[in-house]
Amino acid sequence: MTNPLAWIARILACWLAVSSSAFALDAQTVGKLADDDNAAKLQAIAALANSADPAALPPLQALRDGKLYVTADGRALIDAGGSVTDAATGQPVQQSLAGLEPIGINNRVRGALDSALSAFALFSPDRNTRLNAARGMESSTSESLLNMLNKALEKETDPEVRASLEQTRAGMQIKNPDPRAKLEAIKVLGQSNEQRTKTLLLPLLEKNADGTFVEPDAKVRSEAEYAVKMIDRRVAFSAYAGRLFAGVSLASILMLAALGLAITYGLLGVINMAHGEMIMIGAYATYVVQYLFKTQAPGWFDYYPLAALPVAFLTAAAVGIVLERTVIRWLYGRPLETLLATWGISLFLIQLVRQIFGPQNVEVANPKWMSGGIEFANLTMPYSRIVIIGFALFVLLITWLLLSRTRLGLFIRGVTQNRAMASCVGVNTRRVDLIAFGLGSGIAGLAGLALSQVGNVGPDLGQSYIVDSFMVVVLGGVGQLAGTVYAALGLGVLSKLMEPYIGAVPTKIFILVLIIAFIQKRPQGLFALRGRAVEA
Amino acid sequence: MKTGDLPSFMLAQQRTALFDTRGWIGLAAFALLVAVVVPVLFLAVPADNPLHLSAYSVTLIGKIMCYCVVAVAMNLIWGYAGILSLGHGVFFALGGYAFGMYLMRMIGHAGQYQSDLPDFMVFLDWKAYPWYWSFTDHLWYSAMLVVLAPALLAFVFGFFAFRSRIRGVYFSIITQAMTFAFMLLFFRNDTGFGGNNGFTDFKRVLGFRIADPATRATLFAITGLYLIGALVLCQALVRSKFGRVLTAVRDSETRVMFSGYNPLWYKLFVWIVSAVLCGVAGALYVPQVGIINPSEMSPANSIEIAIWVAVGGRGTLLGPVLGAGIVNAAKSFFTQSFPEYWLFFLGMLFILVTLFLPKGVVGAINLLGKRK
Amino acid sequence: MSLQSAGIGESPTASIGRVLTEGVDTTHGPILYLEDITVSFDGFKALNKLTLTVDAGELRCVIGPNGAGKTTMMDVITGKTRPDAGTAFFGQTIDLTRLTEAQIAHAGIGRKFQKPTVFENHTVFENLELAMKTDKRVRHSLFARPDSAQLDRIARTLDLIQLMPEADKAAGLLSHGQKQWLEIGMLIMQEPKLLLLDEPVAGMTDEETQRTAELLEKLKGAHSVVVVEHDMEFISSIASTVTVLHEGSVLAEGPMEQVRRDERVIEVYLGR
Repeated sequence: MTNPLAWIARILACWLAVSSSAFALDAQTVGKLADDDNAAKLQAIAALANSADPAALPPLQALRDGKLYVTADGRALIDAGGSVTDAATGQPVQQSLAGLEPIGINNRVRGALDSALSAFALFSPDRNTRLNAARGMESSTSESLLNMLNKALEKETDPEVRASLEQTRAGMQIKNPDPRAKLEAIKVLGQSNEQRTKTLLLPLLEKNADGTFVEPDAKVRSEAEYAVKMIDRRVAFSAYAGRLFAGVSLASILMLAALGLAITYGLLGVINMAHGEMIMIGAYATYVVQYLFKTQAPGWFDYYPLAALPVAFLTAAAVGIVLERTVIRWLYGRPLETLLATWGISLFLIQLVRQIFGPQNVEVANPKWMSGGIEFANLTMPYSRIVIIGFALFVLLITWLLLSRTRLGLFIRGVTQNRAMASCVGVNTRRVDLIAFGLGSGIAGLAGLALSQVGNVGPDLGQSYIVDSFMVVVLGGVGQLAGTVYAALGLGVLSKLMEPYIGAVPTKIFILVLIIAFIQKRPQGLFALRGRAVEA
Repeated sequence: MKTGDLPSFMLAQQRTALFDTRGWIGLAAFALLVAVVVPVLFLAVPADNPLHLSAYSVTLIGKIMCYCVVAVAMNLIWGYAGILSLGHGVFFALGGYAFGMYLMRMIGHAGQYQSDLPDFMVFLDWKAYPWYWSFTDHLWYSAMLVVLAPALLAFVFGFFAFRSRIRGVYFSIITQAMTFAFMLLFFRNDTGFGGNNGFTDFKRVLGFRIADPATRATLFAITGLYLIGALVLCQALVRSKFGRVLTAVRDSETRVMFSGYNPLWYKLFVWIVSAVLCGVAGALYVPQVGIINPSEMSPANSIEIAIWVAVGGRGTLLGPVLGAGIVNAAKSFFTQSFPEYWLFFLGMLFILVTLFLPKGVVGAINLLGKRK
Repeated sequence: MSLQSAGIGESPTASIGRVLTEGVDTTHGPILYLEDITVSFDGFKALNKLTLTVDAGELRCVIGPNGAGKTTMMDVITGKTRPDAGTAFFGQTIDLTRLTEAQIAHAGIGRKFQKPTVFENHTVFENLELAMKTDKRVRHSLFARPDSAQLDRIARTLDLIQLMPEADKAAGLLSHGQKQWLEIGMLIMQEPKLLLLDEPVAGMTDEETQRTAELLEKLKGAHSVVVVEHDMEFISSIASTVTVLHEGSVLAEGPMEQVRRDERVIEVYLGR
């Protein structure tokens, strides 16, 4: 009983014996599940498992969960949460369970049930169930399962499940004394990405007390050594790739958060301390859209991000435009005062959102197509993160097109470089300021949309990103999108690469020190325009 | 031209007084108030007398006077040198923590675990004080730290920032990042400063019980006199040629450089003076308020200092004191009566003052005075 | 470089500082040597192998069309811009490419900007006081009070630039021409060996221009002066030697009359 897999082997043996006969779930076998004798129970479990019939699953599961009852006439019934079904037929029956006791099981039976249920899963028509079952067996090395694995492999067509099963089989074969079987197993194991596979290979390289190798065959040893090296390399690579992915993911968020800031700072020379709150507003706008979809049109729920896109942009842009009109416009040429006034705006907005939505975080559910992720080696890349990276690139592209290909962009670039001159040649700089401010705020709103998919949405959301996005702008310099992109990428990737070694807070401090050191060399950031020193 | 023929205002340059007679009288009156009148009203006047000052009010006013010093320090660099720091909270907190270490050592065995170590260290299962806690049980050493810790940070940070000519909003933002980084650092338990909770539960200072009314009154008087000292120092600095160079740096740094001054050392000097003023204020704040924790270093706290100065009027002597008083009095009123509206009020204050009162309350009063 | 600048700012008597206070070695005649100076901004060459020498006591005018590199040349001499190549020496011994702006100012080069830059919130008197040649370290400034000799010097300069009646006024209240003179006055207070004036008469009335010309005549001899100007009439009224810059190099050099007749100069500048 200590090894549930032994039971799987026994089940398998029975199953092989009867595999040719088509098996219908018969009431007698199911009834035996209720037998007082544990041996009879075990037999029934084995027989049901052998059937590989999906219909056998509910009674087994019910037995394990203590939801299987037996009537006086020996019929087994399942408590299907409110309704009652017949265990043998699966049909609902009109019978009360009142007065009946659920069938009790001991640990031995429970172990057998677990094994049977997981063995079932290997033959399930659903690919993911099979994959999970195969994964669950990977750590086992019991040779008694070998036959069953072979059987499953015969039928298995899915490459991923096959690979997993083959790994398990190779783990068993490695103990085979035949060098040829061993070599074959080593070859298979060498393709693994898992650290633990190494523990199967390493014994082959060990030495006895007298200095001779445990494994006599030199070829086997050298192959094993090579396989271990390959595994090491792959494990290191996937850990590295994972960090890189996390870094790029962080960078995409930083870039979204900083892009709008860089535009407004470049244009107006003022830092908008309420920029973080524009992000927050975008996130809350997304929340509202999500909420409306959930309550009004649940069928369309998966499409809510598409609807949230313009809403988040326009809401944040509208708030930005109002601020520019009412406050910031009056402070041009006084950048430090603007800093303070916009900080006041941010306090105001935070409190406003607290009053409307409450101080707690609100829950923004992901649409279904964003849950899950791509698995690559032993690294999972969530779809939500991938979508955000793509989204950030999309926003970047649009912004770039807007700035470089449109008349508005020409005006914005012109005013950024020389306000007085642009004004002289007839650009309405006031209007350009207003539109650019709206644009910058709108992009912040889009950042809020993105953030709502991966993090908490609360009134303080903006505050937690504002310092980082300032750092991006300081590092990247102004007036060039490229600076923002490279700075975000550099800061994001660098901090994620460093975090595993020195921790999150020291990384932040280190990066701050790095930025200050960097500014020593290039005070105007990465991509400043150099020119004659006209400023006096 | 002989010296005797020079216009009188030029000759006056050779001997300018710090304050006029009215100023000196005002300072003396204030000194009398904090050192004699308030302690007497607090200690000697019975509680049922309407003139009696409660311990709560004494603590509150003492706290606000600490803030006033911070505002004076902020005014020194923002009002006169044109450098807006959004990280002055870090200097205040460093001073507070430095003195707090001494106060923690003075708890002795009176803590909850009755250990040699402060409770939070027992909680972390530490067996001995980390090296940077050595000697902190001596008052002189802690007092030295109160000055040196902010000074050192200000020197290192300021040297590199000013040397590479970071100024304006860039500088402001970098200071904000600095205080943010320090806040994160002090939030960590491993840093050894009590993490989230910081230092609290102080019992004694120099052997006197901290909760004793006499101790409170003494701390209050020291704080008041320190505020006067800070004002005199500030006035002396801005009235000197140093002060004129400083305002010149604010108005046209390039011209100052081409006149042969190195702005770096001028800015750095006033930056360090300002940081140390804050640090000492922090050290006086901790025993009166009874707690210091990393939230003092939050960017929001630091930026609030700027609004005190802006409300009062920057570049004026009394403006910052007035501003710190007004805003903090309003804060204690709001947080008691309408806590949910405090941020609205503060936010609107930031906006309205920058829009409509660029010279603050003092500037507005001066303007009214001139119109009459 | 960083340590040097750190050390010097605090104590001009140390290392290089000693050379500075002892003055400029002009034993070989010229006070300023620029040789093969090249400055490029993102590929565009603002100065292209510029070579120029100015003699001690000389008043030199530099002219040239917009973008010829006049202001960049000033930036290089005063340490605001570092050349990509070439050498710049003040006298025989002081390498300008290795000093900061403040050190260069201390060494004896004064500069007036295109746009008048005075300290607008300070009085005229304070402007001159701040510019006055003295110990400019922090420690000294903290306790400095002008002595009688210094007050006399300020008064003399006030007379020279004819601003004595405005001495107690904030500089921001002065007229444009008065600000230009104040700036020149501040340069005089610095007692520089070499004065760089960027368009000193731009925006001045004819009368003001004439008074400025007289002012500069008084400076000739005691100081070397380099004037960058567009106003040809003004130049011919003061200049002995004229240098014409074009596309970052010297196009022609010589007395005004000779330069005026030069074919190439007429083509790029005068004949427009």
